[in-house]
Amino acid sequence: MTNFPIDKIRLDFPILQRKVNGKPLVYLDNAATSQTPKQVIDCIVEYYSLYNANIHRGVHTLSQEATDAYEAAREKIRVHFNAKHREEIIFTSGTTEGINLVAHGFSKRLKKGDEVIVSALEHHSNIVPWQMMCEETGAKLRVLPMLPNGELDMNAYADLVNANTKLVFVNHISNALGTINPIKQIIEKAKKVGAAVLIDGAQAAPHIKADVQDLDVDFYVVSAHKMCGPTGVGVLFGKKTWLEKLHPYQGGGEMIDQVSFEQTTYAGLPHKFEAGTPNICGGIAFGAAIDYMNTIGFEAIAQYEHDLLVKATQALLEIDGLKIYGTAKEKTSVISFNIEGIHPYDIGTIVDKLGIAVRTGHHCAQPIMDYYKIPGTVRASFAFYNTFEEVEALVQAVKKAKEMLS
Amino acid sequence: MNTIKEIQEEIVDEFSMFDDWMQRYEYMIELGKSLPLIEEQYKTDDYKIKGCQSQVWVHADFQDGQVVFTADSDAIITKGIIALLVRSFSHQKPEDIIAADTQFIDEIGLKEHLSPTRANGLVSMIKQLKMYAIAYQAKANN
Ligand SMILES: Cc1ncc(COP(=O)(O)O)c(C=O)c1O
Repeated sequence: MTNFPIDKIRLDFPILQRKVNGKPLVYLDNAATSQTPKQVIDCIVEYYSLYNANIHRGVHTLSQEATDAYEAAREKIRVHFNAKHREEIIFTSGTTEGINLVAHGFSKRLKKGDEVIVSALEHHSNIVPWQMMCEETGAKLRVLPMLPNGELDMNAYADLVNANTKLVFVNHISNALGTINPIKQIIEKAKKVGAAVLIDGAQAAPHIKADVQDLDVDFYVVSAHKMCGPTGVGVLFGKKTWLEKLHPYQGGGEMIDQVSFEQTTYAGLPHKFEAGTPNICGGIAFGAAIDYMNTIGFEAIAQYEHDLLVKATQALLEIDGLKIYGTAKEKTSVISFNIEGIHPYDIGTIVDKLGIAVRTGHHCAQPIMDYYKIPGTVRASFAFYNTFEEVEALVQAVKKAKEMLS
Repeated sequence: MNTIKEIQEEIVDEFSMFDDWMQRYEYMIELGKSLPLIEEQYKTDDYKIKGCQSQVWVHADFQDGQVVFTADSDAIITKGIIALLVRSFSHQKPEDIIAADTQFIDEIGLKEHLSPTRANGLVSMIKQLKMYAIAYQAKANN
């Protein structure tokens, strides 16, 4: 990739200037959380410096300004994901809350004999809330299996879907392996039997611009902190028809229409699902993060990250005994690997000493680790602000760790 | 027999010879590799401390008024630190083990490994060593 403005982009991220253990930071844990550009940091500073106030309630100027900015962010997010209505964008504290909100809603709707399908590639966040829902309702949790290369077994999926299937939940991209799942196909098939589909877009949002209308998806959940925004805020997209049917998740202020001790009526969408004072600044900064990423452009990002992935994959595979888990044809810039005879924790510890941040462990996806019969992996995940020099630094550090540990 | 304090000072002394982290880690990795720390029969779930990322096994015995520890880990750096901990705590009287601290790990520049959030099982392991000492002390006093 020749004209990707990487030098200019890196200047936007103050944290990339810092040193770790005396070495320049090489941040390759982007799948866990992304770094924050100054455009987003400025937005946060500006909020607290100029118009911090509670929203949707005051008539005073600050409250009005904060409300306008918050709702403008909702609109930006709507446009970004191409949702039809602004009420379909629910602010949450993140992907996890979005999933719990939907699972809670379905706890009131499912019954014994109903079936729900989860993929083998899920993050614990997209497993546990549904297990709780199944316990409550008696619905049966069925698992869409994976193949050795980290792709989903779509033939098995065809057999799993039946007239009892009520819900399917799959991630768009696997955080542990980087596999891009064929969600369009998954959704189409589920629609044929009238099942609803939730897509966990936490890992996809920083790489792919999802179009929820084109996908015809019922629910799509994301976290801001994976896409250059702050922690503790995210969005649930839900089709209006579904959100109107689902029971509220939490009770409190903001989500009501009329309250008396005899009866409370709920507010309309999206407020019905937004009880209490939200992360106002976070929501506004999420909007700024989306603006920032769109300015760079998702196509350019995808192309550049793909080049990083190819280079890193080739160079790492030259190391003797190194095995990459997750070799799907369609994958994002995530490399999960182990070196024969060496514990991933040891590799993570040594490369950290060399200034390189990778993640080690099971990546909140223990079923995948069980599938491969390993305790965990080392995971390097690249973002558009990483460089080819950093790829090389990773490779050298892994070589050094191997030399020390074997 | 040296006291726990003396052994820990000895370790701090040994580590002062190293110029940088790499030498310290190479030494720990050597320790981790060279020591057969626990008998295979104790490498079971009963003796396991779940550390999330690396696993740790601990076994204790009581001989002539002293607690004898053996321990192991599947990650070599964790195992190196275990070697240091076992060296200072094993073959000591229960009351001395209960009263001892692990400040020496900070002094040799390995503090981060004993952070409660590190998920390597070491903090739980130290708790476990002390629990064994408390149990043997109670037994001895009965
Ligand atoms: C695929 C996937 N789903 C869900 C989550 C949970 O996101 P959050 O912790 O922001 O709620 C993550 C984050 O690691 C993820 O990668």
